[in-house]
Amino acid sequence: MPMFFRLFLATCLGFVGASGAWALDPSDWPAILAKARGQTVYFHAWGGARNINDYIAWAGDQVKARHGVTVVHVKLDDTANAVAKIVAEKAAGIDAAGSVDLIWINGENFAAMKRRDLLLKPGWAEKLPNWRHVDWRTKPTILVDFTTPTDGLEAPWGMAKLVFFHDTARGLAMPDSFAELVEWAKAHPGRFTYPAPPDFMGSSFLKQALIESAADRSVLAEPAVEGEFEKATAPLFAALDTMHPHLWRGGRTFPKNKEAMRQLLADDEIDIAFAFSPAEASNAIANGELAETVRSFVFSGGTLANTHFVAIPYNAAAREGALVLADFLMSPEAQLRKQDPAVWGDPTVLDTASLPAEYRDAFDRLDLGVATLRPAELGPALTEPHASWMTRLEEEWTRRYGVAN
Amino acid sequence: MPTRPPLPVALAVAPALAIAVLAAPVGFGLIATVLPAFGWFPALGGETLSLAPWRELLATPGLWRSAAISLAAGLLTTAAALAAVIAFVAGWSHTRAFRAIQHLISPLLSVPHAAAAFGIAFLIAPSGWLMRLVSPELTGFARPPDWLIVNDPWGLAMMAGLLVKELPFLFLVTLAALPQVRSHLHVRTAASLGYGRIAGFVLTAWPLTYPQIRLAVFAVIAYASSAVDVAIILGPTRPAPLAVRLVEWMNDPDLAMRFKASAGALLQLGLTATAILLWVGGERIAAVLLRRLCRSGRRFRREGPARLAAAAVVTAAAAAVFAGLAVLALWSFAGYWSFPDAVPRTLTLDIWRRELPGLTRPLAVTVGIGLAATALAVAIALACLERESRTGERVRGRSPYILYLPLLVPQVSFVFGMQLAFLLAGIGASILAVVLAHLVFVLPYVLLSLSDPWHALDPRYARVAASLGAGAGLVFWRVRLPMLAAAILVGAAVGFAVSIGQYLPTLLIGAGRWPTVTTEAVALASGGDRRVIGVYAFVQMLLPFLGFMIATLVPAVAFMRRRDMRPAGA
Repeated sequence: MPMFFRLFLATCLGFVGASGAWALDPSDWPAILAKARGQTVYFHAWGGARNINDYIAWAGDQVKARHGVTVVHVKLDDTANAVAKIVAEKAAGIDAAGSVDLIWINGENFAAMKRRDLLLKPGWAEKLPNWRHVDWRTKPTILVDFTTPTDGLEAPWGMAKLVFFHDTARGLAMPDSFAELVEWAKAHPGRFTYPAPPDFMGSSFLKQALIESAADRSVLAEPAVEGEFEKATAPLFAALDTMHPHLWRGGRTFPKNKEAMRQLLADDEIDIAFAFSPAEASNAIANGELAETVRSFVFSGGTLANTHFVAIPYNAAAREGALVLADFLMSPEAQLRKQDPAVWGDPTVLDTASLPAEYRDAFDRLDLGVATLRPAELGPALTEPHASWMTRLEEEWTRRYGVAN
Repeated sequence: MPTRPPLPVALAVAPALAIAVLAAPVGFGLIATVLPAFGWFPALGGETLSLAPWRELLATPGLWRSAAISLAAGLLTTAAALAAVIAFVAGWSHTRAFRAIQHLISPLLSVPHAAAAFGIAFLIAPSGWLMRLVSPELTGFARPPDWLIVNDPWGLAMMAGLLVKELPFLFLVTLAALPQVRSHLHVRTAASLGYGRIAGFVLTAWPLTYPQIRLAVFAVIAYASSAVDVAIILGPTRPAPLAVRLVEWMNDPDLAMRFKASAGALLQLGLTATAILLWVGGERIAAVLLRRLCRSGRRFRREGPARLAAAAVVTAAAAAVFAGLAVLALWSFAGYWSFPDAVPRTLTLDIWRRELPGLTRPLAVTVGIGLAATALAVAIALACLERESRTGERVRGRSPYILYLPLLVPQVSFVFGMQLAFLLAGIGASILAVVLAHLVFVLPYVLLSLSDPWHALDPRYARVAASLGAGAGLVFWRVRLPMLAAAILVGAAVGFAVSIGQYLPTLLIGAGRWPTVTTEAVALASGGDRRVIGVYAFVQMLLPFLGFMIATLVPAVAFMRRRDMRPAGA
């Protein structure tokens, strides 16, 4: 069995493969368009929401009609599966004909892929034609993703902000800060919970709480070091210790993710849920998943904000096609449609003031939906702590609360 | 002894082919897990062998508790399911109630694990359907009580979820084995000596039956001790069972976690092996007890409560799954539906109208891959078995466990490496690769369900045919194949169902190029919308159900005029 022998050798000894640099320059856009025509772009993106899937299908139809690029949405339950695919291909030495062309990503996944050289280099996002409308001046998270510089290795696709929502029909006063939330939980035993870290939403909740409770916020922008971490997180864990016995199920179990938490709100098991998408509640109402009386709110002191992106793996087979799709997703037309709550409701990454009048007016006219806060109502944006804080927070949370007594 | 004619090439190479198809992917998959577990994975910067991943693994809080839960789930649910099956088969065989429940329970095999678990979770949760039925009228609850039922720390909800899926599998496997050991004759003899139904069966027929189903029991232990889908939905969370945490580490954005995840995968493998070893130890003890019981001469004639309990457990298991599916079906037509309404206030076809158009291609791909993998598996299995019949060598006798490796080794511990093997072989992402990957999981089940009926076929038919001048080929095509048609169709239906259930192999090895009903279902289910889950649970269940239906109807119609060829009960 010579083939098996070869496989065995490759498995034991191999896994080598250099990440190749790349000759074509996105500044020469006509050349990119010419090369992209006829390519098929496999866009690996979370497929858990029908409206988002429909939006991606629409975008695919558009680039097919305009540039002859076919888009196939590979629906994932977890972005990690696409990352796993790229890692396996790198291990197998497949450095040019990879099966992932574009991937929906942000934060930790981006940092990990960048660190492992799994992304197409050099940076390309800032050379795309539609970059000129991107609002990187007032939206700093477009250039720095969870404190990791994007370096043009990923193109911004949408903005995210932590928003809470509740059912106004239940007539409860809502907290306006993490400290108030702790008191609220004590006063309403069993009616609040959060997804168990390291779930993305659960960890984000911890970060929100950490930023609010830390005595000195400036240390959070730096890598977490021994001593500083304990000092900065002491108030947070003291508050969690107080709060946990009053949580849903007495804090003996936690929902798996934000979807499970939203279902608990719908089932009247809890009274507050939260998400990173300002349109989450409106979409869920339109979809019959939440009551008509659900509304959103934020903390007046600010909530976490970040950006989500699309990135091209280092070994993408249809990299030109991927560039064309990434550029289209940033276009005023695509961004306008995406912000329409009847379609998706995801906030734009563009500076709408810089757009041609027709688009500017269209953005202004958008009715964002019953439960969606206007951009001006979303409150101050808190920036993500350095990625190392999240890792340490998740470890410490698991150590303290991951195993019931 | 007359010299045997040479075997056709297809038969001669069949066992080697079967072993290559099964063992090679699993073997490479395991290698690609073992190396990173010891720090070796250059693509992620691991270029020296070290024990660091193990140190990291062992330092994980609650690791042993996770392992203990998995071990307990593997052993307890299997023991409970088997006990219920024995008591039910022993206490109720040849009764009308038995036949009724038998028909009720067979379709349960085609219910996907995750769908069954989802249904049960919605049934038993404090805000679930049972509570909605009686609230607020009987309970006074206007809002759901804060009770920890689903995700309980002891894993009872998870074990119940596993049990209801293991029961039908073990039941049908046992039913298939009974005719071979002529259990009814033994039971009749025991009865004439004054033994109760259950005692008579357990003391006489069971020791003959058990060896026939032992592999299936091991497969159940392996599945229950490493289940991910059911455990995520119903299992404990602080900590979660080992397999669930393993998948979390594997999916962690921090790629360095994959080293620890690989070490964890080996721990899972060891855990499953331990569970099986403990079970084998239990078998010995049970055998000793059984002999004592036998010698004691006790007749156990007052068995009413035991019989009732067995029937109750089996019926409850079937009822739970059906009720769960029924409420999921209701969800798929629901508008907004909150506690404490027992039925949704508005019913709508929206979700079905929205989901169905997108299902055409996944359905076609699912059926195509399923049929291809099943056809290959049946062909290989038949070739292996026919070779055994002609040469008298038993493939199972020589290398029994290699063929069943994919059933015994937890999927999470080798799928990633298997993907690597396919990539290195240069057939990544092709439909051929997906079919081969499915074959790895389909073939053992087809072999498992085919080999017993095959060996049970009276060899004298072949001898009679040969004495009438039929060659080996003619005997195969005109005697064995038609006589076993029913069993072959059932084996094919089982294989088809297994193929449809594959998620990770389809996604990873097919690189998302071949969306199936299951990959779509899992992706959409991650959005947590119960109504979408209801739609997909139905579609996912429909295909295997059709498979089983064809497998029952075709022989019934084809052999309408040949009573003894018809499958029992049809």
